[in-house]
Amino acid sequence: MEKNKGHVVAVNGNMVDVQFEGSITKNEVAYIHTGPSRLKSEVIRIKNDTASMQVYEMTGGVAVGDEVEFTGSLLSVELGPGLLSQVYDGLQNPLDDLARQCGYFLQRGVYLNAIPDRDWDFTPLAKAGDVLTAGDTLGTVPEGAFTHQIMVPFDLEGEWKVDSIVPAGVYNVRSEIAVLVNSKGVRKSLSMVFQWPVKKAIRCYAERLMPSEPMVTKIRIIDTFLPVAKGGTYCTPGPFGAGKTVLQHLTSRNADVDIVIIAACGERAGEVVEVLKEFPELIDPRTGRSLMERTIIICNTSSMPVAAREASVYTAATLAEYYRSMGLDVLLLADSTSRWAQAMREMSGRLEEIPGEEAFPAYLESRIAEFYERAGRVRLKDGRTASVTIGGTVSPAGGNFEEPVTQATLKVVGAFHGLSRERSDARKYPAIDPLDSWSKYRGILDGEKVAKAYGILEHGNEVSQMMKVVGEEGTSLEDYIIYQKGELLDSVYLQQNSFDPVDYAVPPQRQEESFGILYDILTSEFDLADKSEARSFFSQVRQAFLDWNGIAADDDRYGDYRDSLVSIYKAKVRS
Amino acid sequence: MQKVYTKIESIVGNVITVRASGVRNGDLAQVSTASGTGYANVIKLDHDLVSLQVFSGTQGVSTGDSVRFLSHPMMVSYSEALFGRVFDGSGRPRDNGPALDENMIEIAGPSVNPSKRIIPRRMVRTGIPMIDMFNTLVESQKLPIFSVSGEPYNQLLARIAMQAEVDLIVLGGMGLKYDDYLYFRDTLEKSGAMSHTIMFIHTASDPTVECTLVPDLALAVAERFALDGKRVLCLLTDMTNYCDAQKEMAITMDQVPSNRGYPGDLYSTLASRYEKAVDFDGAGSLTILAVTTMPGDDVTHPVPDNTGYITEGQFYLRNGHIEPFGSLSRLKQQVNAGTRDDHRSLMDAMIKLYAAYKDTVEKKSMGFVMTDWDEKLLKYGDLFERGMMDLSVNIPLEEALDRGWSILSKCFEKNETGLKSELVERYWPKEA
Repeated sequence: MEKNKGHVVAVNGNMVDVQFEGSITKNEVAYIHTGPSRLKSEVIRIKNDTASMQVYEMTGGVAVGDEVEFTGSLLSVELGPGLLSQVYDGLQNPLDDLARQCGYFLQRGVYLNAIPDRDWDFTPLAKAGDVLTAGDTLGTVPEGAFTHQIMVPFDLEGEWKVDSIVPAGVYNVRSEIAVLVNSKGVRKSLSMVFQWPVKKAIRCYAERLMPSEPMVTKIRIIDTFLPVAKGGTYCTPGPFGAGKTVLQHLTSRNADVDIVIIAACGERAGEVVEVLKEFPELIDPRTGRSLMERTIIICNTSSMPVAAREASVYTAATLAEYYRSMGLDVLLLADSTSRWAQAMREMSGRLEEIPGEEAFPAYLESRIAEFYERAGRVRLKDGRTASVTIGGTVSPAGGNFEEPVTQATLKVVGAFHGLSRERSDARKYPAIDPLDSWSKYRGILDGEKVAKAYGILEHGNEVSQMMKVVGEEGTSLEDYIIYQKGELLDSVYLQQNSFDPVDYAVPPQRQEESFGILYDILTSEFDLADKSEARSFFSQVRQAFLDWNGIAADDDRYGDYRDSLVSIYKAKVRS
Repeated sequence: MQKVYTKIESIVGNVITVRASGVRNGDLAQVSTASGTGYANVIKLDHDLVSLQVFSGTQGVSTGDSVRFLSHPMMVSYSEALFGRVFDGSGRPRDNGPALDENMIEIAGPSVNPSKRIIPRRMVRTGIPMIDMFNTLVESQKLPIFSVSGEPYNQLLARIAMQAEVDLIVLGGMGLKYDDYLYFRDTLEKSGAMSHTIMFIHTASDPTVECTLVPDLALAVAERFALDGKRVLCLLTDMTNYCDAQKEMAITMDQVPSNRGYPGDLYSTLASRYEKAVDFDGAGSLTILAVTTMPGDDVTHPVPDNTGYITEGQFYLRNGHIEPFGSLSRLKQQVNAGTRDDHRSLMDAMIKLYAAYKDTVEKKSMGFVMTDWDEKLLKYGDLFERGMMDLSVNIPLEEALDRGWSILSKCFEKNETGLKSELVERYWPKEA
């Protein structure tokens, strides 16, 4: 196809107007030739012979008259083996390679191959003469702990016959491994790598299923009270400093999924660095390999160009869907979706669209819904199930959840973990507000008991509110004990010390044991003479509980600490 | 290409437009008016119409004045000759020294590749317990000081500057009162810190556009010195003035405002400045401490709000001390494991108890009878405020930790502190 050309006629921030000849496609990628560099950009509006393009780079130095080259293809990512443990920017530029080539700074206009150029040990599964459709497996390569399936590219329509396929052996990722031919005689040469447009969901599965299996995060308040399901969606809104990112890091380390994709979208670079430097050192208990081997980081931090930020969440979602197509459970963590929404707002402003609430564009809600709908648990054509779970943080202006991004997100997610300034100020971490938050998914523990414990927490909170008005002396002993029980539940179970080597990750079995004892305490009647005795009794219990929480399950003292806790509270149980 | 254009098409706010060709976005231009020669930079191109913002403002600019494009973006000189010097928002000397035009570097350069950053791990000791013990300042951190007008934030900033263990201080002043500028200069000179200080100062009476250039100038210079292996501390005051200047310019450019008149890209604008804070893999570091005054003591105001989402924590300066609630140094976790093993637990326990004390104070003010527990909290709160929060307390971290234990032991029984028994046994003062 003849490539279209054009030239710049106007520059306004990261939006450039281009006069073009011939026909172009909306959302097509084009390059602006400015001096020695080629700046990647995307067509977002076409009016007569002028295309408005958002530029994925800084536009300093662009001049009227600069030449523009259209590519004819939509913004795409490369899919293939070698994606795991990579760090990409929002356009899938590998940052490590970029650093080797350009040094400390992100030089604009440098675009490198996303898939590392290396050899893989290929084992064919299909054979010549097989009839395949998009998403079917041609063969496999071992990628770390996973069997990476080399699939028929998702954009091939209809049935294709395998004309030839290479025998088992070591091949370069970009060399030809198979040739397919369709009924019209069209021949396709395939390597292990193919492209897919990021803004289009990959639908190579048989059907979508209900997300019914819990995704364990080893965070007590989430697994027990506010569970997330594999294939589900959840959001974590919170004011700044409430611990959204710490919570996501913990989840990315401990979640029981195969692959974690972290989309650091418009947030701090320092936080990404922590992941970058820590994950290679940490061992994934599921595979016994480094945690980095199951992680992909898409990193478009706040100082990087805004338009690429908008693309980054789609890049992440596409990679997640790709691995789901292989039968894996994938968790996508987006931090923060508000920055992504702001990127849309900036572009909308430059396009001079009529602004909606808080100047966000009118299509904000549908874009957010579209993004979260890319999550889901699916049954693949070969019968296996796989999932993409999406967790997004939201950074509402002023910590006020009544703002467009939070509200639009709450409409479409299955669980809401609202962080509260009050709890984080009081250093109660994770600062998820247990009373405001909700989840529509099933947890790992007995739902009835959890509901009862939750009831005590609510009741305790009511008493505590009341006590602020009538004072402690105006509260009955019975109510006071409920209040103390609620506080106990909060301090030994809902709160979790993410910096404690034991307490930071609590596996389901331990949650069950711990919750069992806690439940017994919450539902027992105690012989306590007055409030001061009640207070000292409960601080004793809390102390014993916290001490037990800090002991590793394989420690010899584990049983002793538990027994001592039990004997402390049993001594006061009314017979 | 040094063509001179002598017809200015329009003058709106600080922006002039001329018809010209071959001009690049972001290029610098020289504007010669009756009152002298100033600079302007290109902010928008539309066919042959070029919009420029004039640094010194458009007052007195005539439609017949000449504009000469320099074919390069805004630059600043960088060398050891900058030490001890003071410049304005256009990079011209504000002291009596010579203008510098050697070794020019671009300002507002590209951002650092995240894979070339390293995890910060060095603490900056200040001798202020509310910082060292509760919210440790870490090299390469970006932290704002949220404050209201009238609080001694510039004094605090100056004190941190003098005591911090760094190689170079770059001070960026935006919309400073002239006496504040003099205060900084005199204080740093008196303490001898001026010899390793570079100042870029925009005072309240200077043109608005220059205000928006100060952080870029200061950070560009700071970044280069950090690349040379220096540990640089960049102090910015007051970022709210900077944002207001941005707002003023956005409005005159007819941009759709998003929140209380601020432009929609306020977050990105601030972030690309703050994100200059960095610990380079194999070179020096750049730490940013910036004052952000909160109009009406409202932290949900767009400026502190956006700032809070960008920075790695914040200090609240209120009633003359750094507030224990809300103040947070996110990076403290990187360093406070290596100080003393009781540091983290003690810090958390003391804050929790102080929060309980605040509840009690509230109850007391409503006239409730105080229980034994309340009395204990009241005593604790008083000791905590006097021994820890007062800004005049100047003790090293280890002493502050010991003082913490001593305060706890004066007020509570061991099991009332919520601390692990093992720590309590080890650190609880014996005589108490």
